[in-house]
Amino acid sequence: MTNTIADIEKADVILVTGSNTTENHPVISSFIKRAVKFKNKKLIVIDPRKIKLVEFADIWIRPALGADVAWINGLMHVIIKEDLYDKRFVEERTVGFEQLKEITAKFTPEYAEKITEIPADKIIEAARLYAGAKAGSILYCMGITQHITGTDNVKSLANLAMLCGNLGIEGGGVNPLRGQNNVQGACDMGGLPDVYSGYQKVILPEMRQKMETAWKVPILPDKPGLKATEMIPNAHTGELKALYVIGENPLVSDPDLNHAKKCMEHLDFLVVQDIFLTETAKLADVVLPSKCFAEKDGTFSNTERRIQRVRKAVEAPGHARDDWKIISEIALRMGYSMHYEDSEKIMEEIAFVTPSYGGITYQKLEKEGGIYWPCPNTEHPGTPILHVGTFPIGKGVFNAIDYIEPAEKTDEEYPMYLTTGRIIYHYHTGTMTMKSEGLNERAPECFVEITNNDAEKYKLIEGGKVNVTSRRGEIDAVVKISDKAVSGTVFIPFHFANAAANMLTNAALDPISKIPEFKVCAVKLSLVEAN
Amino acid sequence: MNNKNQIIINGNKLSFERGETILNVARRNNIEIPTLCELKGASPTGACRICVVEVKGAKALITACSTSAENGMDVMTESPDVISSRKETLNLLLASGNHNCAISGVKDWTQFQLNVCKDEGNNEELCPSWGECKLQDLCFRYQAIGGQYEQKRTKYPAELANPFIIRDFSRCILCGRCVQACNEIQVNEAINFGYRGADTKIVAAGDRPLKDSDCVFCGECIQVCPVGALVEKDARYTARSWKTEKVKTTCTYCGVGCQIFLHIRNNKIIKVTGDAESPPNYGSLCVKGRFGFDFVNSSERLTSPLIRKDGELKEATWSEALNFTAKNFAKIKDNYGGDSIGVLTSARITNEENYIANKFTRAVLNTNNIDHCARL
Repeated sequence: MTNTIADIEKADVILVTGSNTTENHPVISSFIKRAVKFKNKKLIVIDPRKIKLVEFADIWIRPALGADVAWINGLMHVIIKEDLYDKRFVEERTVGFEQLKEITAKFTPEYAEKITEIPADKIIEAARLYAGAKAGSILYCMGITQHITGTDNVKSLANLAMLCGNLGIEGGGVNPLRGQNNVQGACDMGGLPDVYSGYQKVILPEMRQKMETAWKVPILPDKPGLKATEMIPNAHTGELKALYVIGENPLVSDPDLNHAKKCMEHLDFLVVQDIFLTETAKLADVVLPSKCFAEKDGTFSNTERRIQRVRKAVEAPGHARDDWKIISEIALRMGYSMHYEDSEKIMEEIAFVTPSYGGITYQKLEKEGGIYWPCPNTEHPGTPILHVGTFPIGKGVFNAIDYIEPAEKTDEEYPMYLTTGRIIYHYHTGTMTMKSEGLNERAPECFVEITNNDAEKYKLIEGGKVNVTSRRGEIDAVVKISDKAVSGTVFIPFHFANAAANMLTNAALDPISKIPEFKVCAVKLSLVEAN
Repeated sequence: MNNKNQIIINGNKLSFERGETILNVARRNNIEIPTLCELKGASPTGACRICVVEVKGAKALITACSTSAENGMDVMTESPDVISSRKETLNLLLASGNHNCAISGVKDWTQFQLNVCKDEGNNEELCPSWGECKLQDLCFRYQAIGGQYEQKRTKYPAELANPFIIRDFSRCILCGRCVQACNEIQVNEAINFGYRGADTKIVAAGDRPLKDSDCVFCGECIQVCPVGALVEKDARYTARSWKTEKVKTTCTYCGVGCQIFLHIRNNKIIKVTGDAESPPNYGSLCVKGRFGFDFVNSSERLTSPLIRKDGELKEATWSEALNFTAKNFAKIKDNYGGDSIGVLTSARITNEENYIANKFTRAVLNTNNIDHCARL
């Protein structure tokens, strides 16, 4: 997030898109609901499903799946045409406005309506409301990113925010809501193929030299590595021989699971380090038991870039060990010493090599509770709002982006769309939440959310079973008729390994981020007769 | 000195901002006025009347939480009238339900206790919130022991029909904090006051059980309940504050990073509460963060390294597993180069561990093939 969670209540207009916030980030949703109910703030919800937040919205817009670039360009078209944009911001802080103007010229509300199925007047209404805000906050989640145009979608939202001068101010921002406790931290710490910690690029010789010196190694590889969604297929072709999986469960979370499993079976050597014998661990050659969050010391970085302490509260079961200790032990056995006394000592090294974490110490965290990076030195108070006054690259760049269709469209054989996501009672692949009887009682099994009309069409009844088949696989799950559902589209949560939505999903990737298009694929439905 | 916005509390002249309540002015100046129904972040209701203060010239005592400070007001927070009013309020509250906290001066303690046990269906001697009860604290402070009024028994049976929250109406003092937490803090709008007069009850729409209502079991209501009316089902009598240790940490579920306390007893998490003082969540949690901790102590946890032998995963020592792993990585690296190995690090583990995974991948395996599930 460019801004903080608390900042949400300071926005005049909040635009939420591709985020079912009340289920996936319930605590953040409270900030949104309070802003609307008690602080007279305006809410625009742009989501195909009639999610809970819609009840609080001033404007709810229901785009066709995968049509995000088109509605965002439509909004910008109106804002430019009606002269509602922030001219000073555009002039002083951005480049590329002319190209943006050119590309959005054709996205008249009528043209955008054809693509997005959003009535033209709604596009105008939303554009005026967002552009009219002194401070407008954009919140988005995987509904925006999990498309083959995920990168385009995010850049388009950034265009919209810059156009209205909503960056670097309180209550503004482009704010991705991150779905995992430390997905921000994993990125910050170099858990990405192209960067070291603090997003220092591996292709830059000066960065490599810096790390070679710090880590005392003669030479570090200069070529960016494979992304997760590339590693799995590369296992199939034989280019990847071994995989070391730490605390992940790709055999439920990845797209097109049948294929993913075949790929993993091709590996010469699979190591899985986890707290449970997950679906992925069951395939492994070696399984290493690790500690969970309650058993270890360290830090997590949340979605608003706030670095916070994790503290050991209980002893781990059996022989489970800290993840970092396991990795260090393997390193030692491969001839490289990675000895640290404790996690605090590791943080000292992180601060030493990572400019944005330069001022982070356990002592400072203890004193201040949490610190927003960048925090370059111990005297620095941290940075709650990014891009105040300037962007790290100087001027903000408008990217002129055209609309691209989703990779898979419906046809005669597969006439329905499928979109996937999470529900409030479960988390990701369910390895943790499904150990709670209470959560299982609330959400015992996989379901297919469908409109009443579509259900009638396929003779499906509430609570009965439906078979959902895509070009890649099939599952049976329970029918749930809901007014949340979109006509012509079913929604399936991906948590449940025994009816895994990812058997069906399409592994088509965004060309840059390599994110799979989980939010759109084509399926067919058929009634499963009761025995 | 500007005489306009000035108020006297217990003889101290204090300035205030327009619109500030007497309670806020007092708190800002470290003058403690006790409260019961008042809830940070929600609008004051003045319902419980514990925060009453005496204002010179006023006919009756007024509630400090809902009265704005006015210029020249002369306030006494612990005058004899105030103390006697608070004591009276507390005595009435004690008589209103099953407040078996052994401070009660009920005439027939044995019978009272038997009645409570009957209501509970067990033999617990003390209310589940003993030691963590605001009503109990105040009764100690004002030496209210009850016994003056007829002991009331609720006609509403406790609601046990959901996996997380016990609603014990016999201990509800109708302060309304849960209603405010649900409507004004979490804005889930699941519960409200229902019925009238002596029949008043906190209800979900249509007086349905929570499990059939709009409730999403965030548990904010439990956290703000000042008495033992709302408690965690699994921790009802085990989370005794004097037998547990609290450790502050960060929630392990989504990316919000809620600050939580793990309540530990015998090396086991028995309940989770939000830290009301810390951003980003200021005490709020969701159902997973508050109730989804069973996995930590699950019997399915991996406790030993496993190595595949003859097609099956078999228990091994750490030394065997680490040697085997290192040997295979080294062999594959030597034969095919570092780029033939990939590492999926984790959005679940700590920054420190991710950094170590990053260092290991690049410095030891000599590849940049490292990623995690940010995209999934």
